[in-house]
Amino acid sequence: MNDTIRDVVFVDGVRTPFGKAGKLFEETRADDMIIRCIRSLLRRNPALPPERVDEVALAATTQIGDQGLTLGRTAAILAGLPRSVPGYSIDRMCAGAMTAVTSVSAAIAARQYDVAIAGGVESMSNHPMGEGVDPNPRIVAERLVDPEALQMGNTAENLHDLFPTITKERADAYAVGTQQRYAAAIERLSADITSMAARSTDEGWTVATADELPRPGTTLEGLASLRTPFRPHGRVTAGTAAPLTDGATACLVADAETAAELGLPVAMKMVGFAFAGVDPETMGVGPIPATEKALSRAGLSIEDIGLIEINEAFAVQVLAFLDHFKIADDDPRVNPWGGAIAMGHPLASSGVRLMTQLAREFAAHPEVRYGITTMCVGLGQGGTVIWENPNFKGAN
Amino acid sequence: MYATPLDLPDFDEEVVTEAHVRYLEPRGLGGRAALITLDNGFDHTKPNSFGPAGLKNLWRALDEVEAAEDVKLVAVTGKPFIFLAGADVKLMPKLESREQGLQLAQAGHAVYKRLKDSAVPTFAFVNGTALGGGFELALHCHYRTVSTSAMGLGLPEVSIGLIPGWGGSQILPNLIGVEKAAQVIVGNPLNQNKMLRGTDLVPMGIADVQFDAADFLEESLEWAVQVATGAITVERPEVDRSVWPMVIAGARELVNEKVHNASAAAVRALDLLELAQHASFEEGSLAEDEALADLEAGPQFQASIYAFNLVRSLAKRPEGAPSPSLAKDIGKVGVVGAGLMAGQIALMFARRLEVPVVMTDLDEERAQRGLAYVRAEIDKLEAKGRASKLKAARLRALVSASSDKSVYADCDLVIEAVFEELKVKQAVFAEVESIVAPECLLVTNTSGLSITAMGSQLAHPERLVGMHFFNPVAVMPLVEVIATEQTDQATLATAYAVAKKLKKTAVGSADRPAFIVNRLLGRMLAEVTGAVDAGTPVEVADVALDDLGLPMRPFALLELVGLQVAWHLCQHLNEDLGPRFPASENLRRMAEAEFPVFDASAKGKGRLTEEAKSLIELGNQPASAEEVKQRVLRGLAEEVQFMLDEGVVPSPKQIDLAMILGAGFPFWLGGLTPYLDRAGISASVSGKPFQTPS
Repeated sequence: MNDTIRDVVFVDGVRTPFGKAGKLFEETRADDMIIRCIRSLLRRNPALPPERVDEVALAATTQIGDQGLTLGRTAAILAGLPRSVPGYSIDRMCAGAMTAVTSVSAAIAARQYDVAIAGGVESMSNHPMGEGVDPNPRIVAERLVDPEALQMGNTAENLHDLFPTITKERADAYAVGTQQRYAAAIERLSADITSMAARSTDEGWTVATADELPRPGTTLEGLASLRTPFRPHGRVTAGTAAPLTDGATACLVADAETAAELGLPVAMKMVGFAFAGVDPETMGVGPIPATEKALSRAGLSIEDIGLIEINEAFAVQVLAFLDHFKIADDDPRVNPWGGAIAMGHPLASSGVRLMTQLAREFAAHPEVRYGITTMCVGLGQGGTVIWENPNFKGAN
Repeated sequence: MYATPLDLPDFDEEVVTEAHVRYLEPRGLGGRAALITLDNGFDHTKPNSFGPAGLKNLWRALDEVEAAEDVKLVAVTGKPFIFLAGADVKLMPKLESREQGLQLAQAGHAVYKRLKDSAVPTFAFVNGTALGGGFELALHCHYRTVSTSAMGLGLPEVSIGLIPGWGGSQILPNLIGVEKAAQVIVGNPLNQNKMLRGTDLVPMGIADVQFDAADFLEESLEWAVQVATGAITVERPEVDRSVWPMVIAGARELVNEKVHNASAAAVRALDLLELAQHASFEEGSLAEDEALADLEAGPQFQASIYAFNLVRSLAKRPEGAPSPSLAKDIGKVGVVGAGLMAGQIALMFARRLEVPVVMTDLDEERAQRGLAYVRAEIDKLEAKGRASKLKAARLRALVSASSDKSVYADCDLVIEAVFEELKVKQAVFAEVESIVAPECLLVTNTSGLSITAMGSQLAHPERLVGMHFFNPVAVMPLVEVIATEQTDQATLATAYAVAKKLKKTAVGSADRPAFIVNRLLGRMLAEVTGAVDAGTPVEVADVALDDLGLPMRPFALLELVGLQVAWHLCQHLNEDLGPRFPASENLRRMAEAEFPVFDASAKGKGRLTEEAKSLIELGNQPASAEEVKQRVLRGLAEEVQFMLDEGVVPSPKQIDLAMILGAGFPFWLGGLTPYLDRAGISASVSGKPFQTPS
């Protein structure tokens, strides 16, 4: 038995345009969105014989209705993959797609798969957070978790309490910056956004090609006037939080040798990953221990990391991460093309969106050797994947 | 003045299809795409259609698009599964004058022409059903994409007595050639109204490209952008114009042969196709307008719509059927007999009910021969791809055969398909009743024996019911369901429920001799053979009904059903219904002949061999073809009146539906009674028309 670990590569990733919950994709099925991603991915990579896909791992946070029925398998069938290709569903809330990637990657490294599709979808229009949940009464009875921690906005306010130096003003400034970075990068981002048909019973069909949510003209003054829905006189506003979003992502992950054999491009090489748990009440700090853990396992330090794609569930949570690693709020290595506050965060999809974006940034930055994708997760978790840039030409 | 949609009066009953416009900014277009969605707001069970308001909506949508800035392409698509099912069929029968019909034709042309003449490239994204005017809308666009999953595509107008009059007869032949166009416009409608599928359009040259349903709209738009920007050039093969006259001549011959030019619409459609070779589009449009207006004002269209509605509505809700909730579940079926008919019935029950089916016959050898036939049929279904490997395996597992009738013990329904002899059937049911449970349905497939008599010796006659299938049972869409005085409601409800599962249209009949279809065909043949017996030459009598356009001439029908069967039926009707069904001596001689009566080389056309001709003895009162026709029609009118008086069916509608589905009587006759009314026969025979004017 060959027991050496294999190199895992990220080949390509796509996503649908992201829509505002209740708007663009309100009448669009979640499974249709991820099916579109899978089909686009296969069209973009004609060198891959579809029957070579060993697994389809798809994430959704609420796995009922059009996000249920073992989405990985049903979407594979509906996308037209050969019936011999298996699939399953996966859930780690916001880190669903990230976990789909790490799960299939681990199996690829362990020689159990050669090629896999991983992705995620969330229709927050039709599956709002908390739909159908039935929290165990012990959570309250035994004071295991503050019930308020089930509402993510409260956990963000908690972070402001915990880190008094992270003020509302810093959060607002961060949000303005991410909107600006997104606006400047739209053209580059669109290379990985597949068009998506959306029907409105009242208005007819459209074919969306662009994200619906960004507010390119966001100003500090504008943000200052927004109300704080989670607490009276609080600090977290709609302007410093990722909006409720509909969207899907999918990517192709492969063993490095198989990718070479098939002539598939290599956009990133996986170095390692880690997930970590934190207090659910301050779930936003999750990326900190996850990143520490992943770096330490890889024998790297934060100084080795040239690009950081961190999911912007809330500005405060990004700032907590940056403060921990002593990185400036406007460091150009962080979310250089904008983040979830601008484009949206369709929960289980976002992990692959970070990777797709990092892959493009790697290509634009041959001087960067390593990057990370990292995100916080509801109920107190963080996840981080470290990637190596195949385009690395030596540091400047 | 040439009408536009804005000139049309409103139609109150119209289910209005909206034409929503949205402007998209697809990558690479360098401008905007206007996407028009046709949607009547209902799901796919109520397809989009166009009446005056729908046409106006499209007209105004095009006004808006033309006024909009920076539009680089215009595309039209439909709601899920439906593109556009054409003009509203409820509307046309309500047209009050030829002038109104002409206006409607012109208005359709006026709005569609804007898609054809658009300076900006126009595209039809045919996502689903596109029939008649919907198909024609697509034809007017400069380019067409089609979903590989689209079902129900084509130009079926001729089947309801019209012609494709919104450009179809002129554009299609110039797009794909007259031969294929004639197939779509005339051939398919006359061939059980065959429809095209999405995957047919590109090979035929009707659509430019096809995409899977999964992301049809996205891929269609991306393709359209490439066409509009010149990145893709659409190449279409040159139409071969040299064959045009020859194809038209051939098609005319076929229509003459098939329906003896009885379909005014088919003839008119061929005129238009002929015109399309040289006519300008404007000239062709004017000719379409006139043809539509003529046909809409003519009798065949009214009869066709009546027939269309019978098949569409009455067929779904059979008159006299008890509530379906009374129906019993059928978990196992027995078929008595393992002959050809029994085998066909067994296979049909297995395919549609998906329950075990057991056949029996007198000995093991016959039983196994019957089973071998069924298995061979299953193999054929599998080979043709009409049953998957799994489905074929399931069917093989479901059907079995035995010489031991004890296999019926746990059946819920036993149907007999044994020899047409009352005593034989009585004996069969007596034996079966001793084996099955008291509530097991007993079903006879008799084509005309008294079912009441068949059940007279049963302990439980209330569970006996007739289900008369037509040959070939897998193909013919009709089943006559016959209740006796004793048949209980649960049994009858079950028979109707089973018919529905078998995908047959059920028409109820009282337990009267030969039920509906065979009684009327019997009367028709009785009049024809009667005319021959009286002295009319066979060649004259046989063509007497040609201008009705029936699917078969009388002697071809005799050949199909078989002379022995026909003679059997003739005697039986003579005994039961009296001398208006005379026992024709000529028929007897042919049935008893020990040599071939029909010329096999004529392939079912009912041509007599020379030897057979010598059997025919003509009387001394020959009639002309026209006289024979009048005789047959009067006979049919008289028989229909008898059937109504006897309560065989509650109204002429059931007779017409049964004749359409069971005997292939054409839509343009409305089945039978609208034609008898129109020809003045009903009034002369019964004193009044069968149809009450609506």
